[in-house]
Amino acid sequence: MTVSILHRVTGVTLSIALVLLTAWLVQAAGGPEQYQQVRVAMGSPPGQILLVLVSFAFFLHLGNGIRHLFWDLGYGFEKHQANASAWFVVLLAVVLTVLFWAFAP
Amino acid sequence: MSLRTPLSRVLGLGSARDGTRHFLAQRVSAVALALLGPWFAISLLRLDSMTYLDVTQFIARPMNSVLMMLLCLTVALHSQLGVQVVIEDYVHTDGRKLVYLLLSRFAHVLVAVAGVYAVLRIGIDR
Repeated sequence: MTVSILHRVTGVTLSIALVLLTAWLVQAAGGPEQYQQVRVAMGSPPGQILLVLVSFAFFLHLGNGIRHLFWDLGYGFEKHQANASAWFVVLLAVVLTVLFWAFAP
Repeated sequence: MSLRTPLSRVLGLGSARDGTRHFLAQRVSAVALALLGPWFAISLLRLDSMTYLDVTQFIARPMNSVLMMLLCLTVALHSQLGVQVVIEDYVHTDGRKLVYLLLSRFAHVLVAVAGVYAVLRIGIDR
């Protein structure tokens, strides 16, 4: 149940991240000096925290979105299955977030 | 026998007959993003660094440019559809709802065009 509202929360988070992604691309198109501004902002502690949150939102929304697609196909509706898959996507998101930042350039 | 309330019939509002298209577009874009999203995440991991040189060199490669533009457009569409539902669910004043829906549309179109233009510029400039 909690994961259901989290899908919305992470979705809106990713909508905000879309603005970040666009800013990153536009600043990169603007040249090295402009791009440097984004790098400095994203490298600052608040920027880093934001990026970690965005990456977690991405992995949770991705996993849970695939869970929703399976529901749309009619699979996994039993209560114990739904509970198990909820825990699975949350754990998966945590693991993927940690792995991502362990290997991030 | 109609199941609509008298008030509902007088107001004449109701389904815009657009629900199925919205439902399908949300899911088709979701499937596309289940592929494009991981591609982007893995691509970021495979970069040597996040410096201007490495990032623009990556984006400028033709196949990457195409996928980046698809990512921008598909995320914008998927986000527009999602935010629309959130506004429809939580904003209950008609006027305010209309304004928020319009602002969300405009913002999403702006972001989509800006993203595609930026990727093209990076590809052409480098």
